[in-house]
Amino acid sequence: MFVSINWIKDYVDLSGLDIKKLINSFTLATAEVEDIFVKGEDVQNVVVGEILSIEDHPNSKKLHLLKVDAGEKVCNIVCGAPNVAVGQKVALALAGGRVCGGEIKVATVAGYESEGMCCSEKELGLSDDNSGIMELDKSLVNGTNIKDVFPIDDIVFEVDNKSLTNRPDLWGHYGIAREFAALAGRELKPLKLGDLSYDGDEQISVTVGREDLVYRYSCIKMDNITKNKSPLDMRIRLYYCGMRGINLLADVTNYIMLEIGQPTHAFDASTMQNIVVTTPKEKMKFKTLDGVERDIDEETLMIWNGETPTGIAGIMGGLDSEIVDDTKAVVLESANFDGVSIRKSSSRLGHRTDASARYEKMLDPELTLAAVGRFVELVKSIDPDAKVASKLTDAYVRKYPEISLSFDKKYVDRYTGIDISDEQIMRTLTLLGFGVDFADGNYTVKVPSWRATKDVTIKADIIEEITRIYGYDNFEITTTRSPLKPVPNDYSRLEDAEIQDLLVKRYCMHEVHSYVWCDGRKYKKLGIEVQDNVKVLNIENSDNGILRNSMLPTLLVMASENKDFADKYGIFEIGRVVDGTKDDGSCNERKHLGVVLYDKSGDEKALYFKAVEMVNTIVDVIKKKKAVYNKIAPEQNWQHPKNTAEITVDGKKIGVLCAMHPANRAKLDKTAAAVCVEFDMNVFNDISANGISFCEPSTQQSTYYDISLVLSDGVKYSDIAASWEKLSVSELQSARVIDTYEKDGVKSITVRLVFAAMDRTLEMEEVQGWIDSVLANLAEIGVTLKA
Amino acid sequence: MFEKPAELKKLFEEKISAVSATAEVEQLRIEFLGKKGSVAALMQELRNIPNDQKKEAGQAINDVKQFVENAVAEKLEELRKLEEQKLIDACESYDESMPTDNDIGSYHPITLVRREVENIFLSMGFSIEDYSEITDDYNCFEALNIPKHHPARDMQDTYYLSSGQLLKTHTSAAQNTILRKYKDSLENGNPIRAIFPGRCFRNEKIDACHENTFFQMEGIMVDKDISISNLIYFMKTMLSEVFQRDITVRLRPGFFPFVEPGFELDIQCSICGGKGCPSCKDSGWLELCPCGMIHPNVLTAAGIDPEKYIGFAFGLGMTRLAMMRYGVKDIRVFNSGNLKALSQFTEKSFTKPEESKEA
Repeated sequence: MFVSINWIKDYVDLSGLDIKKLINSFTLATAEVEDIFVKGEDVQNVVVGEILSIEDHPNSKKLHLLKVDAGEKVCNIVCGAPNVAVGQKVALALAGGRVCGGEIKVATVAGYESEGMCCSEKELGLSDDNSGIMELDKSLVNGTNIKDVFPIDDIVFEVDNKSLTNRPDLWGHYGIAREFAALAGRELKPLKLGDLSYDGDEQISVTVGREDLVYRYSCIKMDNITKNKSPLDMRIRLYYCGMRGINLLADVTNYIMLEIGQPTHAFDASTMQNIVVTTPKEKMKFKTLDGVERDIDEETLMIWNGETPTGIAGIMGGLDSEIVDDTKAVVLESANFDGVSIRKSSSRLGHRTDASARYEKMLDPELTLAAVGRFVELVKSIDPDAKVASKLTDAYVRKYPEISLSFDKKYVDRYTGIDISDEQIMRTLTLLGFGVDFADGNYTVKVPSWRATKDVTIKADIIEEITRIYGYDNFEITTTRSPLKPVPNDYSRLEDAEIQDLLVKRYCMHEVHSYVWCDGRKYKKLGIEVQDNVKVLNIENSDNGILRNSMLPTLLVMASENKDFADKYGIFEIGRVVDGTKDDGSCNERKHLGVVLYDKSGDEKALYFKAVEMVNTIVDVIKKKKAVYNKIAPEQNWQHPKNTAEITVDGKKIGVLCAMHPANRAKLDKTAAAVCVEFDMNVFNDISANGISFCEPSTQQSTYYDISLVLSDGVKYSDIAASWEKLSVSELQSARVIDTYEKDGVKSITVRLVFAAMDRTLEMEEVQGWIDSVLANLAEIGVTLKA
Repeated sequence: MFEKPAELKKLFEEKISAVSATAEVEQLRIEFLGKKGSVAALMQELRNIPNDQKKEAGQAINDVKQFVENAVAEKLEELRKLEEQKLIDACESYDESMPTDNDIGSYHPITLVRREVENIFLSMGFSIEDYSEITDDYNCFEALNIPKHHPARDMQDTYYLSSGQLLKTHTSAAQNTILRKYKDSLENGNPIRAIFPGRCFRNEKIDACHENTFFQMEGIMVDKDISISNLIYFMKTMLSEVFQRDITVRLRPGFFPFVEPGFELDIQCSICGGKGCPSCKDSGWLELCPCGMIHPNVLTAAGIDPEKYIGFAFGLGMTRLAMMRYGVKDIRVFNSGNLKALSQFTEKSFTKPEESKEA
C-alpha cells in the first residue's frame, strides 16, 4: 500500500518534524516501509502560462508556434499538442526547469527556437494522461509556480501489504495517521463528515438474507450530480497511491477506501430500489463490471435488486449497474461483510480486488457510516448542486463484542522487563484511541472498535501497543535471572553425529539430503518399484506422491546421477521414512541411516566387504558390540536375491545390507556396482552400549599357531570361529585371517591364533592341547586341515 | 737422534693418503698399530737406545702411535662421510608439489551450520530436542493459536497426507510437545530452554529462492520472569555468537499467531554496515528471524499457566543461514544430491573467529 504524507497531514500536524525519521519510526513501531518516493522533485520551474497566439508551423502539420505569457515574460514555444487554443492556461516548463527526468533548455525545434515546454499531466507525473497538454483554470495568475496551485510535492511511502494482515485499521490513511499521531505525540484530527439530513420520505429498502455473512449494510441515495470529473488534487493523491482517475463517483469511492479503508460501491440509482443481500439459491453466471462473466456458487454472497443480481458482495459490482459518466443519481453502498466468507469467495473466483483484500482483514463495522459521511462531504464539496436524496438505511445485523481489558503496572513491568511510566502508558494508549481508566494502580482499557474485530483481544496485546510506541530500540536489555542447570545429553543425537563423523572422516563419504517422498519417474529408470505407502494428497507432481519407506532407492538414484563426479564414492543420509501406519492410522515415522557405496568399475565384492567393515566399525565404535549378519530374502524388488542380509546387534534387527539385483544393477551403468546399507536408527539408538573393559596387557611372550583349513561349501567364517570361541580359553588373545586361497573350486583359509598368558610363558604342549580341541570342534562341522 | 719414528710417520702419511676404502684403512691400522705392526717393532728397538735418549725416543714412538691412531680415525670418519654423501647424492629430491589423491568426505552444509548453532545453544544451557517430520493439524496449527480459517493457514501451503496428518510447515509445530515434555520440570523450578531443529515442508514451487523442503530451528525459553528485555538481550547475544561478531539488531512488530507481541528481528547488514546496498535492498537491514513472547493460548494449550509462566520463542531459518554462511545462491543445491557442489563442504564443524566468513 502507498501512503501519501500530504494525506496524513490532513489529519495530523507534522510541522517541524523530520518526516524521514518519522517514517523510520513507523517501520519500527508499526509495519515495515519498503520504499520511500519523493514526489515532485522532478518538477522544477513550471509556471502557469497563457497562450496569447498560435501560428501553424510552416514545416510541420503537427507543430504549432505559440506565444505564451509566463508572467514575467512572453516566451516563444514550439508545441506539438493537439489541444492548444488562444486564451488557454497551460503548465509551462521554463528553460532551466525540470520535467520528465530532464532539464528544459532553450532549443531549436524544426527550425524555430522554443523557450520552454507546455506539459501534459503525464509529463508532470500527475497521471497517465498524455493525450494533450493540461488545461488549467482560467482564474490562475500567469507566472504562478505550478506547485503553489497543485499538491505536486509529496513524500509517498510503500508498506508491504503482508505486514498489515493483522491490522484492518491500517488499510487507509486515517489509520496510518493515527499511528503517526501516537509516534509524534500529537493529536489526530476528526474526519470531516457531510450532513446526511434529508426531508423526504424516500428510503432504500435493505433485506439481509444471510445474517451470518453480513455485519452491517448502510446505504444512501444522492442525486443531481452534474460533474463527472474529479479535481486534479484528488486525482494526484489517487495516482500517487497507485490508482487511476476514472470519473467523479468512482474516484470518490476509491478515495474513501484509501482514506479510511472502507470499500464502498456506487450503483446507478435507477438499478437499485430494493436491495437484498444474500447467497444465490443455485449456481449462476454473473458479469462483473470488468466485463468478465464469472461462475457464482451457492456460498458466494451477492447484492441484488429484488431478484436481479447487481454485485458480488465485497468483491466487485455488476456491469449492468455500473455508473457511467452521465450518471446523475447513485445509491452508495457502505457495508461490512464477513471476512472469511469474502476471502473464500474471492479465492474460489480467483479474483482479488482492493475491496476484497480489505474485507478479508475484518474491517471495523463502525466505518460504514463514516464512509457514507465522507461520500456526502466529498461529493458536495466538488459538486455543490448534488443532494442527499434518501434517508440513510443502516442495517446493523451483527456487532463485534466490546472488549475491555484489565491489568496493572506490575504486569507491564514483568512482561517488558523495564519500567515504562504510567504517564507514558496512558498517553500511548489514549493516542491510539484506547479508552483508558486508571485507578489505584489498575488499568481498565477499552479497545476501540477498529482494533476489536480480531487484533486486540487479550492483555498481552496491550503490551505490544505500549512497547512498540515506546520503541524497542529504547529498551534497556538484560539477561534472564533463570537458574543455570546442566543440559541433559541426548544420546541419539550424539550417536547420529558420531556416525556422520565416521562416514565422512574415515570412509570419505558425502552426506546428502533427499526428499521424503518417492520420485516415481526416477525410480523407474533404475527399475525400482515404488511400494505402497502413505501419500501426500496435494503434491504438484503426482509421480512424487508416495512417502518413502526406505532411504535406499532415493540414494541409489542420487548415486546414479553423480557418475561424472568420480569413479568411486559413497553417499549417506540420516533422514526420515514412513514404515506404513500404526494401529491408530497415523504414520509410523522412523529415523533411518542410508548408505550407498558406488563403484564405476564394478567390483561388487570389494564394495560389499567394505560395507561390512563399515557396519562392523560403526557398531564397534558406538556400541562396543558385534554386528551379526543373516541372509534374508529381498524386501524390495531391486535387492540381490543372494546377497541381502539383515544386520542384528544383541539379537535385534538394526538394518539391512544388500547388493543390487543384477537386472537393476545393469541399469546403473554398464559396469558399475552399488552396495547399500540401511539402519533403523530408532532401533540402533535404543541398543545399550558397552563401556570400555580394560585388560592389563600381558608382559609374557605370546605364541602363535597358524592353521590352514579347507572350507567345504556353505561353511562360513563365523562357523569355524565358533570352534575356538567355544573353548573359552582366556589365553587366546586373537584370531586373524592371514590368507585365503581358492584353487580348482576348493577354498582354503589360514588363520593365526595368538596365545599369551598373564603369569607365565606358555609351553608348546599347552598350546597344542588347545589346538587339538579346536581341530576336534572343526571336524564336527566337516572342516579339516589342508593337506 | 733416533730417526726411525719420523721415517715411519712419513711412510704412514704416504700410505694413508693413497687409501680410499674402509677395508684398506683397517689393513693400514693393523700394519702400523697391530701386535706385529711397525710401531710395535719400533718399540722393540727402544731397548737398543742409550738410556739418556730413551725417554725422548719413547716419546717420539708414542707420538707416532698417537698420530697413526688419530689419522686412522680421521680417515675412517672421512670415508664414512663420503659414503653418506654418496647415498645423499644418489637419492632423489622429492617433489612435494606433486598432486595427491586426498579422498575427503563431506558433510551436508546444513549439518555444518546446524552443529555450529547447536553448540552455541548447548553452551547457553539449551537442550536440543528432536521432533518428527510428520505431525497433525493440532500441533502444527491448533495448539499454536492458529484456528481454522485463520489467514496464517493461507500463508502456509501445507502438504496433507492420506493418513489425515500433514508434513510440518514450521518447527513451531514442536512447541506443544516440548512444552508438555518439560511442564513438570518447569513446575519444579527448572526453566525450559530448548531448541528443536528440523526439516519443514511447504507446498511451494521450487526455484532458486524457494524449496518445498527446508530446515528451520525453533527455540523457546520459559520461566517465571522472562521479559521482552530478556528476549532482545538473548537474541543479540545468540546471533553475535552465530555470526562471530558483535551484531546490531532491531525489532519490528511482526504478526505470528503464536506469539504476542511478535517481532521480526533484523540484523544490520554486514556488507554495507547499515548504509544500504543491493544485498539488503538498500535498507541497511536483513530480516533474519521471527520471534516474540509466547502467546498465552499456546502456554495454556500445553497445560502451562500463562499467569504464572512467561516465555519467548524464536525461529531461525537454517537453510537460509547456510546460504548466507557459504554464499550459496541457489537453494536447490541443498537437496540436489549433486556431489560436485556438496563435496565442497569438507570443513570442520567449527570455525575460528578470524577465519569466519560473514554474510
